[in-house]
Amino acid sequence: MKSQIIQIAATYLMPFLLVLSLVVFYRGHNEPGGGFIGGLIGGSAIILYAGAYGLEITKKLWINRPTALIWIGLAMALLSGFFAYLTHGSPFMTAVWVQIGSGPFALKVGTPLLFDLGVYLTVMGMLVKVVLTVMEEVL
Amino acid sequence: MILFLPIIIPLFFVALLIMMRKNLRLQKWLSAIGVLLQLFAAVTIFTEVRASGTIFSQAGNWPAPFGISFFADYTSAIVLIAVSFVALWIHIFSFGAIDRTRQKFGLFVLFQGLLTGINGALLTADIFNLYVWFEVMLISSFVLISLGATKSQLRGAVKYVVMNLFGSALFVSAIGIVYGQLGTLNMADIALKINQQGLNLPLNSAMMLFFIAFGIKAAVFPFYFWLPSSYPAPPVAVTAFLSATLTKVGVYVLIRFYSLFAFHQAEFWQPIIYGIAAITMVSGVIMAASAYDIRKILSFHIISQIGYMIMGLGIFSVFGLAGALYFLVHNMLSKTTAFMSAGLMQQKYGTFDLKKMGNLYRLHPYVAFLFLIPALSLAGIPPTSGFFGKFLLIYAGFSAGAWIVTISALVVSIFTLFSMVKIWNEAIWKPLPEDVPVHDEKRMNRTSVFASSVMAFSSLLFGFAITWFFDVFIRAGEQLVNNQHYINAILNP
Repeated sequence: MKSQIIQIAATYLMPFLLVLSLVVFYRGHNEPGGGFIGGLIGGSAIILYAGAYGLEITKKLWINRPTALIWIGLAMALLSGFFAYLTHGSPFMTAVWVQIGSGPFALKVGTPLLFDLGVYLTVMGMLVKVVLTVMEEVL
Repeated sequence: MILFLPIIIPLFFVALLIMMRKNLRLQKWLSAIGVLLQLFAAVTIFTEVRASGTIFSQAGNWPAPFGISFFADYTSAIVLIAVSFVALWIHIFSFGAIDRTRQKFGLFVLFQGLLTGINGALLTADIFNLYVWFEVMLISSFVLISLGATKSQLRGAVKYVVMNLFGSALFVSAIGIVYGQLGTLNMADIALKINQQGLNLPLNSAMMLFFIAFGIKAAVFPFYFWLPSSYPAPPVAVTAFLSATLTKVGVYVLIRFYSLFAFHQAEFWQPIIYGIAAITMVSGVIMAASAYDIRKILSFHIISQIGYMIMGLGIFSVFGLAGALYFLVHNMLSKTTAFMSAGLMQQKYGTFDLKKMGNLYRLHPYVAFLFLIPALSLAGIPPTSGFFGKFLLIYAGFSAGAWIVTISALVVSIFTLFSMVKIWNEAIWKPLPEDVPVHDEKRMNRTSVFASSVMAFSSLLFGFAITWFFDVFIRAGEQLVNNQHYINAILNP
């Protein structure tokens, strides 16, 4: 039961949702948002696509093995905690920040961002894995 | 850094095992290596605690009342070692005792996930962080109970998750009240502020909510009814793991919270705790007397023995707390051995029903012996660890003048002996019933037998080496009785 309306809506909504998920993810350090909610938005974009176009094409075009995202994300979050310990010898999870450029366009990156990226990937992988598995069984 | 290792190692192995999920053989051994590393980390923490009394560390280098503190004293180090040790041998036991399908669907990932939550809950000194570790434990254990999706497992898992979600909701509301009243989440800071200004009405109600939330986890009297239906449902190795870790973490947190915050209102709490302890002990053991399934009998005994630990908490003297902790570790070791030997019997007879067993003493005298050790220990026969645990508790109980609960503890021991004798008579002495087919071809898995032997031996050793352990547990009790140790270690390092 593929509906034309949903397909067109998904085509326009999906890039919007993916970009939104990245924006929410990035602003999350100081404002509402973050890796968890970003991962949920990004995962729901892929689920929307799968609902509109079917499982096979989604797996082919977007995501073949969501499980990989889970362990990559977990490993990334762990590594971000070790970073300060390896460079400065400070306790686990100490933040290290680097500023790239200056003025209004300065980009601050640091280990909390890496941690959040790990959360983003884990949540997205988990959500997509669960929903696609359920869809496989139901459809 | 060493304080974070018991959390980092299992989390790392969760990622690694998900990566390796196609290769079952590698996954098994990697997971066991992961638990072995945790055991090393736990032993290192224990030696450091023995050197300096307490150790602590701040996550993310934020200063103490604001950042999340991680803290270990004798109590947490002891429970940490016991958890890692038991987890290691249950891992090895489960190689031969759990079917391949379950292993393939992430059994070891879930074991490691559960260990992450447990180790985190044992080491953290921040109540909201504690809540997060409880959720980690809840999710992993929920999937562990339902893994395999048989009818009884799903029934048990639903009861388990509903009860525990309810407990989590209470836990969070209590955290909210405490934060609203005192403006801090650090356990040392909360204890300090309560020391200064005492407990007011909202804080007292928060303490009650905490007690109910952890009481659900620990399965004490009015909240235990999820346990008999959800613990016996999964394979016996999983049951052993949950009984040795989950309920015991509930007791650990109860001890921690009572000794830090609630003891100010001892005149209110003591009768409640004594009453709950007595009813928990008696009702657990009476339900066990009526059961004929080994797993059910042992699961009811979990409840009954939680009562002993709660009793030690209520006495709240050095001996009482040391006894409660000693009893907790004794129970982890003996109960796991008992579950393991029940698992071996099931491999032989294909069932847990005592009526369909018999003649084990002639068929496998060694396994009968493996069951004898935890049975004597659980009943409290002298040279075993159960005797010393009960001795400490009952001594403390009579010194504190808590007659009713102490006498009921003595009576419950006799009923425990009765249950153990029942298993012994039915499965081991009795000739095999005639209508039961003999499974001569069914063999027990050698790896599992080896793991059970190690557990039985260590449970014996835990009783025989009482002089050494006694010293350690008394120190743990001394640290618990005075919450100033905890406050000073974190706030004035």
